[in-house]
Amino acid sequence: MNIAEKQEYTATKNACKLCAPLGASLVFKGIQGAVPLLHGSQGCSTYIRRYLISHFKEPIDIACSNFAEETAIFGGGANLKIALENIRFQYSPEMVGIATTCLSETIGDDVPMFIKEYKDMHKDLEIFPLVHVSTPSYQGTHMQGFHAAVQAAVNDIADGKNGKDSTLINIFPGMVSPEDMRYLKEIFKEFNLSHMMLPDYSETLDGPLWKEYQRIPQGGTKVSKIRNAGSAAASLEFGTILACEKQSAGRLLEKKFDVPNYSLGFPIGVNETDKLFKVLEQISGIPMPRIYAQERGRLVDSYVDAHKYVIEAKAVVYGEEDLVCGLVSFLSEIGIVPVICASGGKSGFFKDRIAEIIPGCKEKNIQIIDDADFTDIENAAKELKPDIFIGSSKGYSAARRLNVPLVRVGFPVHDRVGGARLLHLGYRGTQQLFDRITNTIIEKRQESSSVGYSYM
Amino acid sequence: MTGISILKERKKQIYQKGAEPFSITCGKHSLAGSVSQRACVFCGSRVVLYPIADALHLIHGPIGCAAYTWDIRGALSSGPELHRLSFSTDLQEKDVIFGGEKKLYHALIDLIHEYKPKAAFVYSTCIVGIIGDDVEAVCKKVSRETGVETLPVHSEGFKGTKKDGYKAACEALFKLVGQGSVDNISPYSINILGEFNIGGEAWIIKDYYKRMGVNVVSTMTGDGRVDDVRRSHGAMLNVVQCSGAMTYLADMMKEKYGIPYIRVSYFGLEDMSKALYDVAEYFSHNPEIMTCTQELVRYEISRIYPELQKIKTAVKGKRAAIYVGGAFKAFSLIKALKYIGINVILAGSQTGNDADYEVLRDMCDKGTIILDDANPLELSKYIIEKKADLFIGGVKERPIAYKMGIGFCDHNHERKTPLAGYSGMLNFAREVYLTVTSPVWQFAR
Ligand code: SF4
Ligand code: SF4
Repeated sequence: MNIAEKQEYTATKNACKLCAPLGASLVFKGIQGAVPLLHGSQGCSTYIRRYLISHFKEPIDIACSNFAEETAIFGGGANLKIALENIRFQYSPEMVGIATTCLSETIGDDVPMFIKEYKDMHKDLEIFPLVHVSTPSYQGTHMQGFHAAVQAAVNDIADGKNGKDSTLINIFPGMVSPEDMRYLKEIFKEFNLSHMMLPDYSETLDGPLWKEYQRIPQGGTKVSKIRNAGSAAASLEFGTILACEKQSAGRLLEKKFDVPNYSLGFPIGVNETDKLFKVLEQISGIPMPRIYAQERGRLVDSYVDAHKYVIEAKAVVYGEEDLVCGLVSFLSEIGIVPVICASGGKSGFFKDRIAEIIPGCKEKNIQIIDDADFTDIENAAKELKPDIFIGSSKGYSAARRLNVPLVRVGFPVHDRVGGARLLHLGYRGTQQLFDRITNTIIEKRQESSSVGYSYM
Repeated sequence: MTGISILKERKKQIYQKGAEPFSITCGKHSLAGSVSQRACVFCGSRVVLYPIADALHLIHGPIGCAAYTWDIRGALSSGPELHRLSFSTDLQEKDVIFGGEKKLYHALIDLIHEYKPKAAFVYSTCIVGIIGDDVEAVCKKVSRETGVETLPVHSEGFKGTKKDGYKAACEALFKLVGQGSVDNISPYSINILGEFNIGGEAWIIKDYYKRMGVNVVSTMTGDGRVDDVRRSHGAMLNVVQCSGAMTYLADMMKEKYGIPYIRVSYFGLEDMSKALYDVAEYFSHNPEIMTCTQELVRYEISRIYPELQKIKTAVKGKRAAIYVGGAFKAFSLIKALKYIGINVILAGSQTGNDADYEVLRDMCDKGTIILDDANPLELSKYIIEKKADLFIGGVKERPIAYKMGIGFCDHNHERKTPLAGYSGMLNFAREVYLTVTSPVWQFAR
């Protein structure tokens, strides 16, 4: 055979995605007292822990049911029960979140049945909630795993028994940073709204030093609050792509308990953030608090001050589909052209949504790539001569080869400190992104200038 | 709250010197739910073969296993850098149902065409073992069609521990050994086994041997090249560092090619010097080698000695906890730490065997905790109880140390600084010094 022939299939080269149980583990790390448990073999949980640690720089305990050869043949029921017993003994959890791996999915383990058997074993005890989510990676990326875990937690725990509370809002922020989560909570407070945010790893994955050892870091969404989610006056859900999916936690609550659901994009940039504030004003009856009006004002002011430096700059933007949608919406506001919009996700909705967000997308010759890996991204970028890369640390090697500066956003940021403290959302988050992006472009020009002027 | 209770099934994997007669259980599969720090068979294979820079490494499985190991190690190459890319067949649902052989075949053909590697390694991950792909057959077919030797690595994650992965890697390597010409190999020649060129360590070591007049035929696998491995059977001696990973290959080479081997460690002054002297001793029929070695050792030690003494004064009396992959590393670390005046209060490993733990017991002071296959709760419990000032481990241990407000020093395959050799010892001492004397700890206690 002539190997120079074009092949029908090529391998994934430097993936721009991660696997589903990682997303699920992250969600469970954001629930108070919860221990994530991966049902499968040891390597997956260790690799996922190691990966999350490089971004968050926090201890991340993820248990595993540790398949061995016999387990793979006879099924993982016994191992799962042993794992649950050991977690109970070592961690005294308030919840255990069980995510399956490719292996347990492939052999077809019936996890709900194992859970039932485990509960039957402990009829005498009040056993903690066991949330199960099916996360084979061959069906989706870490994003699917993330959303599936949020939904599973709501589905398994929320009961709607407590009547209605007109000041309570559910918020499903998506895979954002701990800093983003802290900022969102602050906004809710200013609007006099109480909230149930799921997940909330703002403390568990970005906390102070410990005086004493904590088996499970403090913080996270309280299980009792998730239970109460059916009583909320509304749910807010972030994610342009999530809004297109068949199911979501917000829609589930709408269907089960009549909680109205608002699907919003990631609030990045003025336009998308305005939409969030409009909803909050509507629900609370309170006009935008002065501090946010000020933030918005400063942001627009800075847009004006710097517009000439960024206009028509060419950016390569990549990462999770929803984050890319948010970023692209923001970049379009300031005249940066996202010449490549790429994601390793393949929800099937990405291309159309991006095309909607960028006016005149076709004429501008913008490349939208889903199911992308970094080799695809780099190859596309070579010809387009971008001014800047915007995305996770995983784009570093490509950006370095092309000699293009990289502004790190999203996940993972594992070659810098502070990945957990990057703010992306709202006027304030946009302000930080705007300043970083603009200054990176200016710096690049300054460095390549023969004169090196130091005044603007 | 240090009152962390130890799991019943784990009690036998923990030993405190002096408190009881020695007995420790090891080599067990990790306990379900124990939050082991270990990885899997695939991890073991990947670690060993990773640094072969002109080979293609394709991971056959769903995306995670490949994504999490992309460019993760500090293994440097002086030439090609194919090993730093991450290739995966990225199995999807239909592949799981109908099998992934076709996909594997096309992926290999395509990658070989594009990157023109010297050989290709195909790693089987967990679900490949379940769906029953005949990886061996695909590899054969691809080898035949492309002329590029394609080697299956049987590293299904659940089929054992990391150690079994080392073995699978050695088996793959052994297939290459013996294929190349052994012309022009000096009678004073060695292979270095189990040295992965983290941060350029193999270069440091090779330079020493060169100065001794000893020729290095191949390094397995640091800055590795397929063709060097192919002719490695022409060497007179195998020098095995990180013996947990590579003794298996050394044994096979001894049996088939009659190459003897010695075990060494390149970490710490004592072990480093012994490693060089042992090789010189082996070639004692050429006394010049011994003379050069003595000179080299004297020169290298006198170069770093003054700074080491300064560091020793600053860090003396601090207490260290060690938790590393292989037990041999722990031995060298204990000696190196003692050399700069630091006491070891905990020593553990992911893959030690009975004999290893006995050596550890003999080396340690009374009261030292010895741990097999530990987890974060146990590690932090003993850090507190034994009042450690410093932790030496890998990336997963780092945040545990930092959260408890103590210093940390990386000693695994992911680090980027060379710690082997004399200059490596100085790097290590400096890192220890920098971390334990940092002013930030005033806020931690
Ligand atoms: S799937 Fe198997 S081979 Fe891959 S990381 Fe998990 S345990 Fe290891
Ligand atoms: S087997 Fe699946 S769950 Fe495990 S690491 Fe690989 S992709 Fe992730």
